[in-house]
Amino acid sequence: MQIKGHIFKYGDDINTDVIFPGRYTYVSMSSEELATHALEDLDPLFSKEVRKGDVIVAGKNFGMGSSREQAATSLVACGIGAIIAKSFSRIFFRNAINNGLLVIIQKDVYDIAEKNDLVEIDTENGIIKVNGKVFPFSPYPAHLMDIIEAGGLLNLVKRKLHEGS
Amino acid sequence: MGKEMKKTFVEKVLNGKQGEIVEVSPDFILSHDNTRAIRDKFLKLGIDRIKDNKKPVIVLDHTIPAANEKYASNHKIIREFVNEQGIEYFYDINSKGGICHQVLSEKGFALPGAIILGADSHTTTYGAFGAFSAGIGRSEVAALWAMDSIWLRVPESIKIVIHGKPRPYISAKDIVLYIIGKIKADGALYKSIEFSGNVVEEMSIASRMVLTNMAAEMGAKNAYIMPDKKTLDYVDSIHKKAFIPVYPDEGCDYERVLEFDVSEIEPQVAFPHNVDNVRSIEDAEGIEVNQVLLGTCTNGRLEDLSRAAQVISGRRVSEHVRFLVIPASWEIYRQALKQGILSTLIDAGAVILNSGCGPCLGAHMGILAKGEKVASTSNRNFKGRMGSTEAEIYLVSPETAAATAIEGKIANPRKYL
Repeated sequence: MQIKGHIFKYGDDINTDVIFPGRYTYVSMSSEELATHALEDLDPLFSKEVRKGDVIVAGKNFGMGSSREQAATSLVACGIGAIIAKSFSRIFFRNAINNGLLVIIQKDVYDIAEKNDLVEIDTENGIIKVNGKVFPFSPYPAHLMDIIEAGGLLNLVKRKLHEGS
Repeated sequence: MGKEMKKTFVEKVLNGKQGEIVEVSPDFILSHDNTRAIRDKFLKLGIDRIKDNKKPVIVLDHTIPAANEKYASNHKIIREFVNEQGIEYFYDINSKGGICHQVLSEKGFALPGAIILGADSHTTTYGAFGAFSAGIGRSEVAALWAMDSIWLRVPESIKIVIHGKPRPYISAKDIVLYIIGKIKADGALYKSIEFSGNVVEEMSIASRMVLTNMAAEMGAKNAYIMPDKKTLDYVDSIHKKAFIPVYPDEGCDYERVLEFDVSEIEPQVAFPHNVDNVRSIEDAEGIEVNQVLLGTCTNGRLEDLSRAAQVISGRRVSEHVRFLVIPASWEIYRQALKQGILSTLIDAGAVILNSGCGPCLGAHMGILAKGEKVASTSNRNFKGRMGSTEAEIYLVSPETAAATAIEGKIANPRKYL
């Protein structure tokens, strides 16, 4: 998988309430509508500026807080190609993988990347290129890659359910 | 027996070594108002039936009764789905229900040694009973309904030992906020926390639930407290299935052991906009608030209401404050009514709301306007969580909430001893 896009940069402890506010959490929404609320309470311009394939670079504990899956799906809906952070909150990490969103734990990119910088990610070789520098990252274990490659957990489950029949 | 054979709680209950990925079939699967969204995902899988319809436990609590037509329609679809699937454990909007984490605890789902996964981040709460319980996403619940199996990574364990003799009016909330202030919001990221020490042993079940509930705010996967006689007495007459308590081996492999002496601490306050932005009450005293919220899955139990009532009894809520009280379940509501706790609170000027999550997640019943401040016994103070992104949320104990309601500004309850 190859991803190429511009960077949006945020700090530590970006929580699920600012990624996708609670006031919308129990309302059923289309993917287009989800996209308009992504990061609304942190960066109101984000959903207008973001382009398909863009990448979020963040500090530690990205996605902390609620289990709401829209924190991941709203970012998928607005075209985010990957998130590179120093660490992720665990439920957000699962939700991202389960929706086919690439989440990469890489501690060094944060310090040299700025907003709008161009970044390239090569998942097969486990490298991130930004500002002329190359950063390695550990590839996913096979069971996680299966989920990503299937385009999310439910696609994989669907395949398994219908394999036997 | 060599050290390599000695196991932590999670290694035993999940049957795997730290770091290993295991397939798990839980005892119960929790969902709430998000069941509508999970149902939509489930139906897309192209199968008709939930694999084991005795495992889902569905509790309507997040926006009840429905605040508008969209919520009402969600609830209606959930009821229809529950009927179609013959789901046994459904708690609708009636006097058997309440907040999901309280309902699962008092109705005997939260059991020693049980595995409970739920589409809610505070699913960690059931660790107070010695269960393994962790939050998962909506897609994962849909997958569990279909397959009855999910992958989990066996986490490393951190042992948190709490000892000393807390001062009067220092509650579990102060203690856990103090710890979060020290280890920070990612202090236990991906980890299993085992709480122990004389303070935990002496705590009521309700207080232990405050610790395991707030473990989510340290980033923990799950939290655990060794079941003892109090636990076994609590679940004795209510347990929904047979259970076997699970205990860590002595000398097992903890990644870290953290010790806290809480003898000297004063009431603690988490300042906006992060739960780990914790300071001692002296730094917060005098901050004027517009609203006080006593309730939620963290601090809406009988013990919490009773302690708040004790502080406020015979006094008046400040005219500048809206003091909202939300019992965590209708069972608690009923007991608080019988014991006269609610009348004490009402006489003082509090507003008692129906049991549910209320304004905690910003959906209804007490939303904050721009520039307003609230002292809340809930578990999160993120920007915009309870309404306006320009509102401020201060997290406190029930005792501090009551003292703050009296004064209209954040106050130390210890002066009302």
